Amino acid sequence: MFKRLADASAAGAAVTLTVDGKPVSAREGDTVAAALLAAGIDHCRTTPVSGAPRAPYCLMGVCFECLVTIDGVGSRQGCLIPVRTGMKVETQLGKREAGR
Amino acid sequence: MAASAVHSDYDVAVVGGGLVGVATAWGLAREGCRVVVLDEGDRAVRASRGNFALVWVQSKGLGLAPYAGWTIRSSSAWRGFSDLLKQETGLDVCFQRPGGFHLALSEKELEARAAILQRLHNQPGIVDYQTEILDHAQVAKMLPDIGPEVVGASYCALDGHVNSLRLFRTLHVAIADRGVTYLPSHRVETITREGGEFRLATPHGEIRAGKVALAAGNANMRLAPMVGLEAPMRPERGQIVVTERLRPFLNYPVVTLRQTDEGTVMIGDSKEESVDPSGLTLGVSATEVERAVRQFPLLANVNVVRTWSAIRVMTQDGFPIYDESESHPGAFTVCCHSGVTLAANHALTVAPMIARGALDKSLVAPFSARRFHVQKAG
Repeated sequence: MFKRLADASAAGAAVTLTVDGKPVSAREGDTVAAALLAAGIDHCRTTPVSGAPRAPYCLMGVCFECLVTIDGVGSRQGCLIPVRTGMKVETQLGKREAGR
Repeated sequence: MAASAVHSDYDVAVVGGGLVGVATAWGLAREGCRVVVLDEGDRAVRASRGNFALVWVQSKGLGLAPYAGWTIRSSSAWRGFSDLLKQETGLDVCFQRPGGFHLALSEKELEARAAILQRLHNQPGIVDYQTEILDHAQVAKMLPDIGPEVVGASYCALDGHVNSLRLFRTLHVAIADRGVTYLPSHRVETITREGGEFRLATPHGEIRAGKVALAAGNANMRLAPMVGLEAPMRPERGQIVVTERLRPFLNYPVVTLRQTDEGTVMIGDSKEESVDPSGLTLGVSATEVERAVRQFPLLANVNVVRTWSAIRVMTQDGFPIYDESESHPGAFTVCCHSGVTLAANHALTVAPMIARGALDKSLVAPFSARRFHVQKAG
């Protein structure tokens, strides 16, 4: 659905992270949320009460729709955290489990 | 219809649209009374939107034994009360009564807890409700996620909890369904009794009613003397910390910590002598959370999504006040701290008394504000 702009001068170096164990390529300077969208991942979690799918929405830290588990810490806001090589991102299903 | 109803007569004017007021108003409407609820606006200091939502028995009654029996009466009526509300509104207030815990983080805390319960149960006339002292291993069987610092707990099978925001909404829906007139932004300025009826002055005109029930929380202190009653209060601030929604791990409410039906964990129970509802102090919430993590270490990396402070409705001795006026017949006070726990009593026991025009002394005489008039020792 989303395509990167062709302007190569704006693009950072390639970064590889994993999402649910699968390698995903991104660019240095991307946020986790942007990297998910650019990789065509159409939802990053399901809601705690009704289980409805959710995707990054506001991309500025307000809506809390882009929550993901990053390097083992749950419910991080993907739109506020830049990608790093080797980062482990996991999508969240329903309520978080306390203690992980 | 609402506009033309403003100046018509009502059987009862309930002053206060919080949990105590709407529970009482619903009970009055069930008795066939024509009821108006006079409330403040959205900016009212409202305990009903900030409370911790326990339906709680253990510890209640130390210093006034009949309060234990009164609390147990409501706790036992709660299931039927929530079923009635569901029948009328279709809304579920998520009442659960699995029993509840008070956790101790040191031997000293556990001994103090046991001593308080012993003093409570040694009082003459007490309803001897079961509260057991359990050690770590016994607690861990019911609360497997407790930390090693939890040395034990008191457990009372009568304790429970509810979704109190949904209770508040459900009661408002229920009174609307029963034709109660709800008037927000009608802060009552003065109350007089003329020609056999009460006249309540508000910024939007005068309301007339045959009886008046004061259920205005801490504001009863200002209102009660207008009808020959008194309600000595000492408001108290509490702060609450709220986490993101988590998979259910806590099957019982703890007095300072509970998991809601939707997965949120609420951490609370601070007490401060302050009446500023907007004040949050990091030291207080940090202490609450530090104890919560020692009780349940799995909370250590959970995200906090909200904190708030709210003002408790509190009488000077912490016990409820129910009174009827001798100088102004038809005026009543319904005033207490535990608007959630006692909601079933207010709806099903107190409201029918007000509808009949007389309190049943066999049930509520101990809760008259006359108890504050004990002569002071020289």
